[in-house]
Parts: sequence; structure tokens; C-alpha cells
Amino acid sequence: MRESAAITRGDAPLVRRALIGVAVGYLSLFVLVPLANVFAQALAGGVTAYWHVLVRDPDSLHAVILTLTVAPAAVAANLTLGVAAAWAIARFRFPGRAGLISLIDLPFSVSPVVAGLVYVLLFGSQGPFGSWLRAHGIAIIFALPGLILVTVFVTVPFIARELIPVMEATGPEEEIAAVTLGAGAWQTFWRVTLPNIKWGLLYGVILCNARAMGEFGAAYVVSGHIAGKTETLPLRAETLFQEYDVRGAFAVGSMLASMTVLTLVLKALIEWRNRRRRPPA
Amino acid sequence: MARRHVLPGYGLSLGYTTAYLGLLVLIPLAMCFLRAAGLSREQFVAAVSSDRAVAAYTLTFGASLLAALVNALFGLVLAWVLGRYDFPGKRLIDSLVDVPLALPTAVAGLTFSSLYVQTGWLGRVLVPLGIHGAYSRLAVVLVLTFTGLPFVVRAVQPVLEASDPAVEEAAACLGATSGQTFRRVILPYLLPAWLTGIALAFARALGEYGSVVFVSGNLPYRTEIAPVLIVERLEEFAYGEATAIAAVLLVFSFASLLTINLLGRWSARRYA
Repeated sequence: MRESAAITRGDAPLVRRALIGVAVGYLSLFVLVPLANVFAQALAGGVTAYWHVLVRDPDSLHAVILTLTVAPAAVAANLTLGVAAAWAIARFRFPGRAGLISLIDLPFSVSPVVAGLVYVLLFGSQGPFGSWLRAHGIAIIFALPGLILVTVFVTVPFIARELIPVMEATGPEEEIAAVTLGAGAWQTFWRVTLPNIKWGLLYGVILCNARAMGEFGAAYVVSGHIAGKTETLPLRAETLFQEYDVRGAFAVGSMLASMTVLTLVLKALIEWRNRRRRPPA
Repeated sequence: MARRHVLPGYGLSLGYTTAYLGLLVLIPLAMCFLRAAGLSREQFVAAVSSDRAVAAYTLTFGASLLAALVNALFGLVLAWVLGRYDFPGKRLIDSLVDVPLALPTAVAGLTFSSLYVQTGWLGRVLVPLGIHGAYSRLAVVLVLTFTGLPFVVRAVQPVLEASDPAVEEAAACLGATSGQTFRRVILPYLLPAWLTGIALAFARALGEYGSVVFVSGNLPYRTEIAPVLIVERLEEFAYGEATAIAAVLLVFSFASLLTINLLGRWSARRYA
């Protein structure tokens, strides 16, 4: 179909060239140049800027560790949600199903700042659990649990939204066959479902992870941005920027941008693999 | 329905999903409205209708709308080029479209602020011309255009790839010019997907904080967006005011989600 499309739907060569030019120009201005600028600015200070930030600045080093703690925790939580939600939504019909899908999408439309705020209202010192938490010495706001909770909130849709269409496309026939042949629930899941959805799962996980590592607004609100304690990498970049340490800010920023590039390379590899496995009919 | 009896895990998966979303999404969001309802009417109105709050809402909406419209136009071109043409470097272009989804917003803010100042790559040319793409309202629009870029492309591209060439051939055979075919055949066909993409970009822009806070300068009445004002109020420990402003923003989040759902339903009917 693709070839026939090229023949029958060919625009005039001039139109074609102009449109490609506009598209490439737009993308360069808004994506390529800004992305290149991150690395150019970070490298303008030479390797010493990285050395300075990563070795000489314990607060930035702590931010790396904190980000590598918060993001995997949030991804793991949403992985369990993604699998459960996809199983319930793609395999069963029940009243309120559309509402449940909307609920999964909801965090996408909520401002991260509002997400942070509602958790402060819930667990902050003035909230309904505030005094109980304080009495038991449990810190959620301005501490690690708060950071994980808001990161979970903002990344709720990522894995579930990736898995639901994949499971709907696979259909329940193989699982029904496995169950009919006497396989247990877990056996069916591990041996039949998981192999079918693993690439969709991986796809969702890497996108969820990218979003989790980059979360700023919600983390900003609940973290109290205490350097060396509750600052994740994006928050650290902001602090350095506010302290007029632009080189340091870009060194931290370029680490996050490298994560972005790696994420997109992995994503492209998965897509390439899926195309080869399932050639278009 | 028969599946329910055959496949296991219905109760467990649905129960877990409902509990998870209820505890982590629904109850926290309900807190916002509960707290806002605890304010007196005067307090609420004073918080959400102060000149500063109105200026912040206006900028948030105006800039989000402008950015969504820019993406409506250029996103359509990008989707067209990616969905219809084959050319060297197409894979790379396709991957670059996803950068705004995967690049932390703080990094986007950082790089946009340095690009458009006088010493930056683009500011060097633009600032002498009187165009200030950093620490201005334009800066807010630019960075929101960046964050919303993938949505129109990703909504329209698959629909274009799957569209039936016979329809356009028929139009051409019946004597339509390519412009007429585009306006009368292709555009109406793409409309649900296109509008969905625009609505997604707009919804995303409304709540954006991380990138804007770096580039706008955050001047009250001038370049302060609503989420920045919420953070300001929080840092003054004015929880009531912050909550009131957030509640208004949340209402618009729900409205945009509803719009996106309705558009999605329209798309599903059109492209089934």
C-alpha cells in the first residue's frame, strides 16, 4: 500500500520540497537547536564543569542518587498499576470501564504544581493526617515519600496507556486456551500474557522513567528544595541556575538530556524491532 | 461477558486498579475542592479574581492557545510530511518529534532561556531586531510551543498513514484540484484527529510549570502564569489562596479532559 501511495498520492515535487523544508525548519528551530544548545552550553566549560558538579559538589551528587531512587520506585509502582489496569480493562467488560480509563488519563491534564499542592494539603502539617504523622515521626512532605508519591501521580498514565491497546490487540484467545488446558492464573500470566506484552511493557517503562526522572513542578512543591536532602536532578539544575552557576546548571541539564536521547534511541529500537517482527499486511 | 468466567483475576485486577487510582489520584484531587470549599465565598472570590490572578489566568490561557495554534499548523505539516513522504533522514525527524515528551521540562526551560538572550545562538540575531524571546510573554509562548509539539503530529500522523487513497483518487478523477481535494476531502477526514491533537497540546500547556519558570522572568501582572502564582502563594504559606487558584485550574483540567474524551469518541466513530 505504501508504494501505491507514493505513486498515486504524490504531491507536486515543488510542494513536496517546500513542505519538507517547512517541517524540518520548524523542528530544527524548536527541537534540534534547543537540544544541541544543552550539550554545547554544558561542554563550553569543558570537562571541568562536569568534574566540578559531579565530584566537588556533594549536593549535585546527592541529586543524582535521589533521582535514581525516586524514578525507579515510581516506575515500579506504576508498572503494577499498568499491568492490573490493562488486564481489567482489556480482558473484561464492566460498568464504569470508560470512567476508569478517564481516571487513568486524568493526571495527564492536571498541572504538576496542582498535583504537588494536593499532596501538601493531604499530608502537610495542616492537613488531615498532619498531626498524626508528626506525632509518629513520619515525614512525607519535604521528604522522600512525598517525592515518590507525586512522581507516581504524574506518571500514572504512561505504562497503563501503553499496555491497554497492546493487550486489546492481542486478544484473550491464547489466555483462554491456556486456562482451559488447566494453567493456573500466574502460569497463564507469566507464560502467555507476559511474552505477548513484554515489548509494550518495556516501551511504557522507558517513557514512564523519562517522565519520572524529569518531573519538576510537583517535585518542586513537595520537596521544599533542600539541597543535599530533597533535591532531584531537575530541581538541582534550577537551584544552580538561580545561583548564577549556569555552567553547573547545564552540566546537570545535559545529564538529563543524555537520558532523553538514550530513551528515544531505545524507543526507536523497539519500534524498529516491532516493524520487522510484524511486517505490515 | 463469558470471558469473565473463563479468565482469572477479574476481581483482583479491577480491585487493585480502583484502589490505587482512588487513593493516589481521586482522594488527593478531592482534597483540593474540599479545602477550597472550606474558604468563605469572599475569600475564594478575592483569591481567584484579584488583578494578579486574572492576569496570570489570561496569560496562561492566551499563551497556551497561541502555542496550540502554532502547533496546529506546523504539526499538520509535520504529520503530512512524515505520513506521506519518504525522504532521507525521515527516521531521525520522526524521533525528534518525541523529544519534548522525554526531555525534562526544566532542561527545556534552561536551554530556551539561554538561546534567546542577547548572547544566545538565536538571541544574537533576534534581540537587535527588538524580538525578545526570553523573559517576556513571547518566551512563554515559545516554550509552550516546544512542550506541545508532539501532540498534533502524533494524533494526525497515524490517521494519514491509514487513510484510503481511493477517496483522494476519486476526488482527483472528478476534476478536483489538489487544493480542493485537501480542503473538501482530506481536512474534513482529519478533523477529529487534528482537533484531538490541538486539545491535548492546549491541555498540556495549561498546566506547564517547569519550563516556563526558567524563561518567563515571572513578573507579576506581566509574565506570571497561574501555576507560578500558585507556587508563590504556597511559599507565602497562603494555602487558602493557592488552593482556590488551583481549584479553578483543576476545573479547566476536567473540562479539557472531557473535551478530549468527546473528540476521542468522535475519532473512534470516524476511523473505525
